[in-house]
Amino acid sequence: MLTIKNISASVDGKEILKGINLTIKTGEVHVIMGPNGSGKSTLSKVVAGHPDYEITDGEVIYDINFKKKNLLDMEPDIRAKEGIFMGFQYPVEIPGVSNEEFLRAAFNEICKYQGVEEMDPLDFQDFLKEKMDFLGMGEKFVNRELNVGFSGGEKKRNEILQMAVLSPKVSFLDETDSGLDVDALRVVGEGINRLKRRDNAIILITHYHRLLDYVKPDFVHVMYDGKIIKTGEESLAYEIEQNGYDSIIKESQNSN
Amino acid sequence: MADNEQFLSKDYKYGFTTNIEVDELPKGLNEDIIKAISQKKGEPDFMLNFRLSAFDKWKTMEEPHWADFDYNPIDYQNLKYYSAPKKKEGPKSMDEVDPELLETFEKLGVPIHERARLAGVAIDAVFDSVSVATTHQELLSKHGIIFCPISEAVKKHPELVQKYLGTVVPPTDNFFASLNSAVFSDGSFVYIPKNVRCPMDLSTYFRINASETGQFERTLIIADEGSYVSYIEGCTAPMRDENQLHAAVVELIALKDAEIKYSTVQNWYAGDKNGVGGIYNFVTKRGKCAGSGSKISWTQVEAGSALTWKYPSVILQGDNSIGEFYSVALTNNYMKADTGTKMIHIGKNTKSRIISKGISAEYSTNTYRGLVRIAPSAENARNYSQCDSLLVGDKCSANTFPYLEVKNNSATLEHEATTSKISTDQIFYLNSRGLSTESTISLLINGFCKEVFKELPLEFSVEAVRLLEMRLEGSIG
Repeated sequence: MLTIKNISASVDGKEILKGINLTIKTGEVHVIMGPNGSGKSTLSKVVAGHPDYEITDGEVIYDINFKKKNLLDMEPDIRAKEGIFMGFQYPVEIPGVSNEEFLRAAFNEICKYQGVEEMDPLDFQDFLKEKMDFLGMGEKFVNRELNVGFSGGEKKRNEILQMAVLSPKVSFLDETDSGLDVDALRVVGEGINRLKRRDNAIILITHYHRLLDYVKPDFVHVMYDGKIIKTGEESLAYEIEQNGYDSIIKESQNSN
Repeated sequence: MADNEQFLSKDYKYGFTTNIEVDELPKGLNEDIIKAISQKKGEPDFMLNFRLSAFDKWKTMEEPHWADFDYNPIDYQNLKYYSAPKKKEGPKSMDEVDPELLETFEKLGVPIHERARLAGVAIDAVFDSVSVATTHQELLSKHGIIFCPISEAVKKHPELVQKYLGTVVPPTDNFFASLNSAVFSDGSFVYIPKNVRCPMDLSTYFRINASETGQFERTLIIADEGSYVSYIEGCTAPMRDENQLHAAVVELIALKDAEIKYSTVQNWYAGDKNGVGGIYNFVTKRGKCAGSGSKISWTQVEAGSALTWKYPSVILQGDNSIGEFYSVALTNNYMKADTGTKMIHIGKNTKSRIISKGISAEYSTNTYRGLVRIAPSAENARNYSQCDSLLVGDKCSANTFPYLEVKNNSATLEHEATTSKISTDQIFYLNSRGLSTESTISLLINGFCKEVFKELPLEFSVEAVRLLEMRLEGSIG
């Protein structure tokens, strides 16, 4: 459903991604791990269309409803309307705009783009409440300004709420598990697991294995210095947690 | 380049000019010109004397330069002070209004034709120096409400005009107010009788058309005891590469238990992207809560003009009276705005509330300047002020100058101020949720201005949001 072909990208002239290849099929869960600065967050931002990154090579093909589309040709909002989602590592605060107001505007704009009937405010309230219950979020979240004064855990939970409301096809979740206590991790982990469907795909960017107690991956990739240096199964994540990245990095350097 | 020009003209869709035969006085300012204006209007003596004494005072005054901007000097002898569409007599009905003028206002989206009756707003349309049409006068007169051009009020209701004109903004008040008092040519007059709640919004639409002509309108609104009126003001001008002077005076008087709500959407031509042309908007607006329990509320959306210098104020004379000021001021390109309010507390238990939102983009400067004065007599006065600035990009600036003068220890004053910035990360975040950049700006601006927009009449608040979006187009994202 998403094919990343030989993507290279730089920011301020510095090359961060150096030829990434990744094929994601519907129903799959991928995990991307790797030491800090290896380019994991950049990869998700490039897919979502952050304006700071310049794509120097490669393409991203999005295969949806039997049509192949070149994702890099689309503006960020169009990518989102087509079904791409990115859970931010550091969600941005938007003062003056309530969570509900924002979610309804985004939801309806996506509906409009996809030719689906928009939801009126009352129906939307019910719909939102259902999604919030499922993430154990209290009603106070509805009227609070978007991410303003939210704790780290609340912000991450709010990202998953947005994913639940917007119902994307391909979701990159960038360190959604970091900064969470054990209980919050369980809520977020179970939330993600319940949002996993046969017709969507989830890519988890993480440093830790603990999120995988809730969401079972099909593939685990290790990124280093802008490249994917190893791909394996869930066991690879355990291996990294025990032994660190050093041996994997050495192995890949020797093979070059 | 052609694209760019197209974009610019799209930016300000009211920039057209109307070709119409005019009756005007030669350039320059002297007693003869003032007498000629007064004569053209067929004014009684008291009015001519008012003008001449204002002019005497003006000659001794200096143009104020304390606002936070520099501009090219204005040559007051090189301006025309009177320009009016040519006509034999004042139009007796809408059918007699020049079709060219009707079309002009139609283009501006101001319904002054008879079918305007459906719109539920009574409109006085002022074109350059004169009022060209006032709608709904019959219906309003059934309630005893007077809503007419001030030039007509001077003749038909001289006792009211003489009693109130210049009582809130004296002809000696400041340089521009004196100038206005000497040469004002038209504007609106409103009188709401005792215990009457005006059944519809009253509105004046100001249009500058002629070149090298100053516009000096004068508005006087009197709300008698226990009455209520909501008044709306709108304004546009053609795009010209000269600067044009607009120096208006607005006086509001609220008697015991009366309420006046005054809303402005100011959209004068602001000059081009390089700061060439645009209106100098030097306006004195002041209301007096003369009676106890009265209330005056100013709401303004300032989105146009090259320079704005205006401080809609309230003198809280009556005990328990309330003054409010809600403002959104947007500056873009090379626009400069120095705006705010003065709340003068004199009566006991008087309350004032100031909510000011400044949005600056590109190279513009946006200044809030406000004064809260608590007189010794103002027992238990209260003020709440909130001044927020939003910066778009990093070349613009925002200033806040809140002045306080408290002469009574029982007063309670609160002041809050914030400065924030629209960041590319905020825009990307909302984009990544499927919101287009246009929707994103609309959401952010709406969120920022919410407290002010909710004070505007409904149709106006929709227009205000659209206007701000249009004015910001190309500056964000």
